[in-house]
Amino acid sequence: MSDQGQLAPLLEARNIVKVLGVGAGEVKALKGVNLDLVPGELTLMMGPSGSGKTTLLSILGCILGPTEGELTIAGNSTAGLGPEGLADIRRKHVGFVFQAYNLVPTLTAMENVMLALDLRGASLGEQPELAFEALKAVGLGHRVNASPSKMSGGEKQRVAIARALAGSPSVILADEPTAALDSENGKQVMALLSEVAKDARRAVLVVTHDHRTLSYADRLVRIEDGKIVGRSRRRMKEGKSAGAAFDSASH
Amino acid sequence: MSMPAAAVKEHGMGTTGAPDLGKRRLPMVHKLAYKNLFHDTLSLTVTLVGIVFSVVLVAVQLGMYEGTERLVTSVIDRAPADLWVVPLETKSFDDPFPLTGREKQALLSIQGVAKVNEMLVSFVNWKRPSGGSTTASIVGLDDLPNSPLPWDLEEGSRQSILSPSGVAVDAVYFKELGVKGLGSKAEVNGMQVTVTAVTRGIRSFTTVPYVFTSIANARALTDAAAEQATFIRVKLAEGTDVQEMKKRIAFRLPNTNVITHDEFRERNIGRWMFETGAGVALIAGTALGIIVGVVIVAQTLYSSTKDHLNEFATLRALGASAGYINKVILIQAVLSAVIGYAVGMALSIFIVWMFKVTESELPIAMTPMLAGSLFILTVGMCVIAAVGAIFKVIRIDPAAVFSR
Repeated sequence: MSDQGQLAPLLEARNIVKVLGVGAGEVKALKGVNLDLVPGELTLMMGPSGSGKTTLLSILGCILGPTEGELTIAGNSTAGLGPEGLADIRRKHVGFVFQAYNLVPTLTAMENVMLALDLRGASLGEQPELAFEALKAVGLGHRVNASPSKMSGGEKQRVAIARALAGSPSVILADEPTAALDSENGKQVMALLSEVAKDARRAVLVVTHDHRTLSYADRLVRIEDGKIVGRSRRRMKEGKSAGAAFDSASH
Repeated sequence: MSMPAAAVKEHGMGTTGAPDLGKRRLPMVHKLAYKNLFHDTLSLTVTLVGIVFSVVLVAVQLGMYEGTERLVTSVIDRAPADLWVVPLETKSFDDPFPLTGREKQALLSIQGVAKVNEMLVSFVNWKRPSGGSTTASIVGLDDLPNSPLPWDLEEGSRQSILSPSGVAVDAVYFKELGVKGLGSKAEVNGMQVTVTAVTRGIRSFTTVPYVFTSIANARALTDAAAEQATFIRVKLAEGTDVQEMKKRIAFRLPNTNVITHDEFRERNIGRWMFETGAGVALIAGTALGIIVGVVIVAQTLYSSTKDHLNEFATLRALGASAGYINKVILIQAVLSAVIGYAVGMALSIFIVWMFKVTESELPIAMTPMLAGSLFILTVGMCVIAAVGAIFKVIRIDPAAVFSR
């Protein structure tokens, strides 16, 4: 059971330790992190630079393996998996949204989404329709043939979200998704991620420095010096638009 | 499907923004490779120039090798035989020694021998009618006018060569032999010869002109004995085992070499292509072309891969397997190879055609087999060139996609 006491978590991280570097340059970037991502929730992770946010995100996204600890995504343990095994978990169960969008500049919006679908094993015949649906879901049904160079930052990030959603992965991990956007586009992207998180089959984790995003979170996790130092949950009676109102929880 | 059309209407899209969902599409891995390749036209141009240069260089070198090989074996290839009986010292067709003269009768007495044809080949001093002289290679035939030699007759006939003092010469050697065509006369060993037939395109590798005539004329012109020959072509009876007959004839004619048609070909090729170093030089040129191609393609593919490293890291982060990413690079390499090959081969065929119409002395040939082999070689070359780029990509850290 999750710490919510209702739904089983889609992502469970237990006592995650990560040591980077070797010898004298060795740094303990994560010092026993426990984290659950439950379906239907948008979790915000905040922390200062160097706190271990990106390292934790890399481990939760199966890009890095932990030095110690266990990670389970959608019921699949990552213990003992090599690079290809981890890539397999990423492909099947994790969608990423990056700060710099990371769209393939030579492909159109639709092709960028189709590429993710191709990776996830969608057939050539179903890719266009699924990609179109994903772009429509982020309000870009009219920009399918646009190339990234002809799109605004907000549009590019929405394409990146459509790409992350394509193939319906269980966990969406977003790394500073609003950092490169102006206030208005940042709001739109967070509203979209919040909508995405309402799907009871999906959990969303957003790593951010941007305090304006607090109002979209269901849960807030603070990380400092490689440890989770605070967890809080939105007060149940308040709507998200009411502002950042969280109940503290144990560390 | 009805959904997309409805969706287009619902979202108020014009036709410009609507995707054609029914359109036949390339698999994304191909499309990504194609778009990566054509995205940077300068880099693509450099790659293609490298491949085209390499293909043309290799095609010309291999074409010359093929052409030279054909030249070296041109007479043998047109003189059908199951076995050849040649003097022990014989290194090639163009390096003749006389047989003793008793071989023909001995051969005819061996069961399984259906037919024998003598050839007399000898260098002679050819005196031009206008003065001066040159060396020619007399080829005397005993099966005129039904002989397959000489071929590509432009004027006269094989029958006309049988006339007393009649010879056939090739038009490309008119200047060298000091003749102008049919009816021209010259002197060999103090005897007059008359050009009664003219061929076009029968060259010799040694550049010494072949002069075809009857074996009787050849014996007279070379002071050979009445029964003497240089080579004997043996046709075996239907169903006879060639290797068995080879052994039997060798036993009967111990002072000769009895070799199959293919062995005689190989002996000629070995003599002129490898012992003289001519073939080795052509092979070295081919190797150089391949090396140049591999280096240029490897450099540009590596550079292109570096330019797209962030995209490959993103693909890796999205869960692409190493195989998927390698496939993108390999498709780029193969696409480059196909385009470069097409342009390079078109240029090579043009060069071969130019050599042919100008009757160049450089033998160069392009066969479907050679063109096919060159295609495989070009694709192989580009795939090998992709290895560096693949090594670069497999070391990508997908964590590079995150902000730091």
